[in-house]
Amino acid sequence: MGARDQLESHRAELTGFGLTNPSGAVVVDIDDEVAATAIKDLPARGGIARGLGRSYGDPAQNGGGHVLRLAPGSIVVDEQACTATVGAGVSLDDVLRVIVPRGFFVPVTPGTRYVTIGGAVASDIHGKNHHLDGSFGNHVTNIRMMLADTTVVDVGPDDDPELFWATVGGMGLTGLMLEVTFRLLPIETSRISVDTYRLDSLDDVMTEMVASESDFRYSVAWLDLLATGRRVGRGVLTNGAHAVTDQLDPAASNDPLGYAADQIAVMPPLVPPHGVINKLTVKAFNEMWFRKAPRQRTGELQSIPTYFHPLDLVGNWNRVYGAEGFVQYQFHVPDDAVDTMVSIIHRLAAAQLPIFMTVLKRFGPGNPAPLSFPQSGWQLAVDIGVAHRRIGTLLGEFDRMVLAVGGRHYLAKDASMSAETFRRGYPRLAEWQAVRERVDPAGVWASDQSRRLGLT
Amino acid sequence: MQNALHEAQTIVLLGGTSEIGRAIVEQLVTPATRTLVLACRRPDEANPDEFARDGLNVVTTYFDAAATDTHDPFVRGLAADHGDLDVVVVAFGQLGDQADFDADPQAAAEVVHVNYTGAVTACLATAAQMRRQGHGHITVLSSVAGERARASNYVYGSSKAGIDAFAQGLGDALQGTGVRVTVVRPGFVHSKMTRGMKSAPFATTPRVVGELTAEAMRKGKHTVWTPGILRYVFMTLRHVPRPIFRRLPLG
Ligand SMILES: Cc1cc2nc3c(=O)[nH]c(=O)nc-3n(C[C@H](O)[C@H](O)[C@H](O)COP(=O)(O)OP(=O)(O)OC[C@H]3O[C@@H](n4cnc5c(N)ncnc54)[C@H](O)[C@@H]3O)c2cc1C
Repeated sequence: MGARDQLESHRAELTGFGLTNPSGAVVVDIDDEVAATAIKDLPARGGIARGLGRSYGDPAQNGGGHVLRLAPGSIVVDEQACTATVGAGVSLDDVLRVIVPRGFFVPVTPGTRYVTIGGAVASDIHGKNHHLDGSFGNHVTNIRMMLADTTVVDVGPDDDPELFWATVGGMGLTGLMLEVTFRLLPIETSRISVDTYRLDSLDDVMTEMVASESDFRYSVAWLDLLATGRRVGRGVLTNGAHAVTDQLDPAASNDPLGYAADQIAVMPPLVPPHGVINKLTVKAFNEMWFRKAPRQRTGELQSIPTYFHPLDLVGNWNRVYGAEGFVQYQFHVPDDAVDTMVSIIHRLAAAQLPIFMTVLKRFGPGNPAPLSFPQSGWQLAVDIGVAHRRIGTLLGEFDRMVLAVGGRHYLAKDASMSAETFRRGYPRLAEWQAVRERVDPAGVWASDQSRRLGLT
Repeated sequence: MQNALHEAQTIVLLGGTSEIGRAIVEQLVTPATRTLVLACRRPDEANPDEFARDGLNVVTTYFDAAATDTHDPFVRGLAADHGDLDVVVVAFGQLGDQADFDADPQAAAEVVHVNYTGAVTACLATAAQMRRQGHGHITVLSSVAGERARASNYVYGSSKAGIDAFAQGLGDALQGTGVRVTVVRPGFVHSKMTRGMKSAPFATTPRVVGELTAEAMRKGKHTVWTPGILRYVFMTLRHVPRPIFRRLPLG
């Protein structure tokens, strides 16, 4: 795209993926060439970058200010170095379409491929392989970014590491990322070899997860929080690894790196105001989901979308919670606080909320980024419709339990924590703020989340 | 900035001694709330202790609904002191006495000035601030008295009819800006304002009005009748011929 004199902008009311807490802002569509103009043009309320808006809460909104949307840039693969240099506005979906047929995979993928590379770095996203491979930032070698004063800098783990690590997990508050270079994972096939275990109790799930974690690159468990009695937290554990050529049947061997990723359905725009999620529908769904899983099956070959991005099969599924939207409560506790994890799971089950998205995962060690979420131990993520009253009280109690054992909450999912909860969960905040002070002394970068949490 | 659970950080009550206003605020304060401003003409009577809670800063401040030229600087000052205003409840108002109005039309002008003109400037000043911040919720206390004016209090009723229409229009004008407006139409509420008056059918309490209003705000509703049945009562009353309406025992 050539340089433009006039920035393209419009007013809009924005929310995150959870559809809660809208705010009005001026949305400015930019590319590398007009980025500096757009930054110079920012009003008193400042600006924030927005990727595909897949954060659940308000980090990619900026009420009364500007929201900058970066056009997708290029995808350049260096097969020798095993790296890709990608525009920060490019989606993971587009990256996968380019790299998988060439025998590479991204080092980390979240549960949806509709995130941008900028969003992936800003949230320092983690995937089902965190226990072995760490989060996205661990695999980034260079970030090209534009700072508040419109200078463009390249930072990496050896090149201004303070700014690099403050940007990894920094929720867009250190500058506008333009381009990111990250390492790729070579793969022989586009299939994932999956072992599935249906486990009748939470204890079985957790025991099996710990026992098998060093054997599998990918591992995650889904839990049934509407089961009762001894079956509370029963679940389905799926462990995966990239399949090698020998594992493919003859037909698939012809095209070992074949990759197709399409949606099969889209939620209708008109969902009843109260959504379609209630205790009955979810209980039935959970029962079906649990029963459908084999007691034990090993070496089943699944496609990348089926294993990693099953939710992407249905477009706009976030509307099922109705007009009031939903939150995802995601937190971490260290290994020695497994009791806290178990007791929160039991209390969630006791509350009998209609929860069908419950993901339990093991984390490996964290990285040097002060605001990166993952740390060794356990993490749980649950989706809860906002229409359910008293969840504020319940989540407040969980917050205290999590903080008491040195745990924390994920900024990419956060939509409701208090500034106090955030500060206590991230003891290295001051370190991050010092870097921010250096690169953005006037506080140009700001979001609804940064104001709500006192981040900036 | 309020959070996804509609828990506001900063709440302002214009008409800080209004019983209904306070009952609404009571329902809106959560552990997430940092600042509550009670703004009224007699801040020393605003009794901040009633809301005292760990971590909550309750501020009382002078605000005169009749001094319309002060409203814009007042709201700007609040934002300068306390940051973004998440919720502003516009609850001031005077009932007056129809007999006094008949004797002294100027007394009527004062009531109308506060209930209508003052509410208009307060709402506009608040709306401007909320546009600047790109979010916020304005809750305006109207009354069923504005739905159909009655012989016993038509000055009050007409001022509420005005502010009700204004607030609906304001809500529509703010569509797409991140700012919401909820209009509350209580029926007869047992409170200071109505002490000694004959209770009307479907009378309610400030607490019920507070609960229903908080619920409506969470759901993003534009109007809330309290109690809810009044919506249907007035659907009917609107069409009752005047000779009959005049004779209805509506208090
Ligand atoms: C169904 C679903 C499943 C998910 N699963 C996972 C998961 O398994 N693991 C996980 O970690 N996360 C997961 N997420 C969360 C998601 O990965 C993150 O929220 C991610 O940041 C979204 O990327 P985005 O492009 O949509 O960014 P947005 O939501 O638009 O923005 C997120 C943040 O990135 C910043 N940002 C975006 N682009 C730039 C840029 N160019 N420069 C500077 N800052 C920028 C924004 O300012 C904002 O602070 C999931 C989300 C969904 C909806």
